Amino acid sequence: MACPPPSQLTSFELLGFGDCGWGATLLWGLGNSLLIAAGAYALGFLIGIGGAFGKLYGGPILRDVAAIYTTLVRAVPELVLILILYYAVPGLLNEVMVALGQERIILPQFITGVVVLAFVQGAYQTEVLRGAILAVPHGQIEAARAMGMSPLLVARRIILPLMTSNAVPGLGNLWLNATKDTALLAVIGFSELTKATYQASATTKAFFTFYPAAMLMYLLVSMVSIYLFSRLEKWARRGQRDVRG
Amino acid sequence: MPDQGITAARQPNTASQPIAIRVSGLRKSFGSHEVLKGVSLTAREGDVVAIIGGSGSGKSTMLRCVNFLETPSGGDIEIGGEMVAMRPDGSPADRRQIERLRQSLGMVFQNFNLWTHKTVLENLIEVPVHVLKIPKPEAEAQARKLLARVGLAEKEGAFPAFMSGGQQQRAAIARALAMNPKAMLFDEPTSALDPELVGEVLQVIKGLADEGRTMILVTHEMKFAREVATHVIYLHNGVIEEEGPPDALFGAPKSDRLKQFLKTVG
Ligand SMILES: Nc1ncnc2c1ncn2[C@@H]1O[C@H](COP(=O)(O)OP(=O)(O)OP(=O)(O)O)[C@@H](O)[C@H]1O
Ligand SMILES: [Mg+2]
Repeated sequence: MACPPPSQLTSFELLGFGDCGWGATLLWGLGNSLLIAAGAYALGFLIGIGGAFGKLYGGPILRDVAAIYTTLVRAVPELVLILILYYAVPGLLNEVMVALGQERIILPQFITGVVVLAFVQGAYQTEVLRGAILAVPHGQIEAARAMGMSPLLVARRIILPLMTSNAVPGLGNLWLNATKDTALLAVIGFSELTKATYQASATTKAFFTFYPAAMLMYLLVSMVSIYLFSRLEKWARRGQRDVRG
Repeated sequence: MPDQGITAARQPNTASQPIAIRVSGLRKSFGSHEVLKGVSLTAREGDVVAIIGGSGSGKSTMLRCVNFLETPSGGDIEIGGEMVAMRPDGSPADRRQIERLRQSLGMVFQNFNLWTHKTVLENLIEVPVHVLKIPKPEAEAQARKLLARVGLAEKEGAFPAFMSGGQQQRAAIARALAMNPKAMLFDEPTSALDPELVGEVLQVIKGLADEGRTMILVTHEMKFAREVATHVIYLHNGVIEEEGPPDALFGAPKSDRLKQFLKTVG
């Protein structure tokens, strides 16, 4: 690339998609951030559902495991957790593989990132969902049982939809956390938006171009998310009266 | 036949009918607190058994044991000629049997307990479609008939939170009827209602009694119990203090406790 020194380029060119612009790098980073956030959030939701029902309706062992998990994750700084998991999980996995006489495997970075963040998300989602289940009026669950619905059917047809309206605000916050937590993956070298921004500004020294641009992208993601979650909440509350009267 | 010279409001002409619900020697403890100390009840098809008694006497617990919303501590329960299989500690041995038997018992709660995320029509077809596997159009047609019957034809698309207590309770009764149950269980169906809404709900229940539905009814409405019941049970502290045909029980109570109770409830 025969680019002029970055100091001779305008911000517009620096952020552009030309040969000398970093636009594509940043967008690629943003895409990675969103993908990893979505993956971690979805996997975290499955963990959260399992954790919440496990904590409330599980046997003593399941309850203890869930309690240790959520306590630990919420007690330790996320950055520390990410570092531990990022280095420990593949190592442990490979020890297991070796012990089983299998080949060592290298997990794709993307998968590791998703799993690590999902582990964190799962703990917080467990708590949000558990609270949401507890807030379901007991009488409505009882009515379902009294009519002969099986526990699984009660969970699926009655508890899940009823807990949604309780869970959406908390889940919305956790989604915003998930998008921001992807930035923590920069420390392990994952090329998401923060890492891309860092690279761009380190190369060009145009810090005041790239960081505000990244900030705007994060802001845009938040605003769209907040809007979508408010729509979801409205839908989930369709059978409820407005508390403002 | 009542021999007190008072005309019975409703002739219990069911002596030869098959037994719909039989409870014998039912006991129930919460921790060390024994709430039911061996109570029995028989409802033949077409019977309306009213359970009355003071607050905390165990009426709700007794009713809720019938469909295993409470786990009995001992005794036998028979529904539609089928013994409920129980472990020695009284807990049900077969969850699927309980689920099947519950489908034949329509329960109506004090607080209605309609599902708030569903419209009235959706409330009515939930169990028919998802448990009884009735095709949706058929379930909806049946549900609309029931709604018309309880005077809620206009409300099928409404969410419960936007209806009056009386409307919600009538919808809850229709929801129970939509399963086409063999018997109905009512736990103080009008106690949570404003006085002016009690009548519309009692009228619906009266209609069910008149068409010969089997029911067990826990109630504080003594006049109503006397009017619709074929048999009345007076519970006190977890034992049946007195029972009999309504005119005998209300017209000529024998035990001092029941006399006292009837005086206090007016
Ligand atoms: N889940 C429970 N755990 C512990 N105690 C209970 C429970 N349910 C009921 N009890 C107790 O059992 C006793 C009987 O309660 P129950 O609800 O059957 O009375 P009731 O006759 O229906 O009273 P009311 O007219 O107030 O509804 C009460 O002393 C009550 O406190
Ligand atoms: Mg009660």
